[in-house]
Amino acid sequence: MLSYKFDWAIVTSGKYFDWIVSGFYVTIKLSAVSIALSFMLGLIIAIMRMSHFRPVRWFAHGYLEFFRNTPLLVQIFFWYFGSYKVLPAVANDWLVKQDFEFAAAVIALTIYTSAFIAEDIRSGVRSIPKEQMEAARSSGFSYLRSMQFIILPQAVRLTIPPLINQFLNLMKNSSLAMTIGVAELMYQARQVESYTFKGFEAFSAATLVYVAISFTITGLMTLYDKKVLQPLKGR
Amino acid sequence: MIGGLDFSVVRDNLSYFFIGRYPKGPLGGVGLTLYLAVVSLALSFIGGLILGLLSVSRNRLLRYGSMAAIQTIRGMPLLMVIFWMFFLLPAMLGGGMTASWTIIVALTLFTSAYMSEIVRAGITGIPKGQMEAAISTGLSHGQAMIHIILPQALRNMIPSFVNQFVSMIKDTSLAFIVGVSELTQIATQINNRTMLYPTEIFIFIAVIYFIICFAFTELSRWLERRLAYRKAI
Repeated sequence: MLSYKFDWAIVTSGKYFDWIVSGFYVTIKLSAVSIALSFMLGLIIAIMRMSHFRPVRWFAHGYLEFFRNTPLLVQIFFWYFGSYKVLPAVANDWLVKQDFEFAAAVIALTIYTSAFIAEDIRSGVRSIPKEQMEAARSSGFSYLRSMQFIILPQAVRLTIPPLINQFLNLMKNSSLAMTIGVAELMYQARQVESYTFKGFEAFSAATLVYVAISFTITGLMTLYDKKVLQPLKGR
Repeated sequence: MIGGLDFSVVRDNLSYFFIGRYPKGPLGGVGLTLYLAVVSLALSFIGGLILGLLSVSRNRLLRYGSMAAIQTIRGMPLLMVIFWMFFLLPAMLGGGMTASWTIIVALTLFTSAYMSEIVRAGITGIPKGQMEAAISTGLSHGQAMIHIILPQALRNMIPSFVNQFVSMIKDTSLAFIVGVSELTQIATQINNRTMLYPTEIFIFIAVIYFIICFAFTELSRWLERRLAYRKAI
């Protein structure tokens, strides 16, 4: 360790710096797309999970349990290596025309995270008093409309902190996409290490980026809790 | 054949999936996955307890120092921690660590940070009166922590620990990346060898992981209900 010569210049400028930056962009892109999709899917699953129609509720329950209790890496491998046998031909044709590595990572991250998001939304909804739903129904809203206009707007406000937490997890989990060759931040850090043997510098740069994103978002969340949620609770 | 899928590849390699080349060779597959998870969990229980106690310490330096360490680790992907360990441990110890042990160290470090939050929440969840009562009976702060607060807090934490074990089992799949022959690594090996059955292989191991993790998730829910019931009476 003593003989190691630090060379921070390689990760602060030049070609390798550009690699890290491009990796950062891919991480952000991958996370942003997956966050948007997993939120929508999670919302749908959460609503299905609370449905009064049993088969729908059971399907949502099975979905939740299965995808929450399976490692993300295995899910990524399944979508990347194995999905062609179970998907319809149209879907396969469409997928191979896309950036397939990226698409497989998005699908896996979306499905995995949506299961967690659905549970968070459900517990948010359950914390809204039952009378709210009864009042909405008795003033003539259908079940779905009362959800849309009365319950969900309130529940979402409570659900924001755990949701942001899930999004943060998703961003960290997106590093697993390197295993199928998506050139995101972790992949690029690895790449810089193998080209320069400067692993300490490369990993430090990537760590710094991940930790900086996490700290920023955690800080904003604390602020949200202080400025928005606490006053609501105090009322 | 189930729905156009041919699971004979699973049947032919069944013992390889579960125990690797054991007893003729090293343990692998499901056996190694469970071994990694259990050893890492036991170690991160100790690590989490120490970090958690430090983060509620009355000494400001210890408290802020440990919290900074915890938050930094929680801000990193597990993969990053694994690469750090693979890079740093040989440099610090001059080699001699097996891949399995490096993974165990990485998992322990990572999970300790999460465990410490459970410990901290457990300790702060015990009513203040307990500590005050303990101190007024003549115990020191440390004694009160060990004999009064921790036993109560630890009991409340059991469901969270079981949940953490589920995460740990899922996390051991990352050992694949550094070539430790746990279940995911075995699956990719068989997939590389047979080439034709990726769907069957990955569905099979997903189901295996699911069965193990789901059993423990249910256990944690049952423990939680039982704890709530005991608190109610």
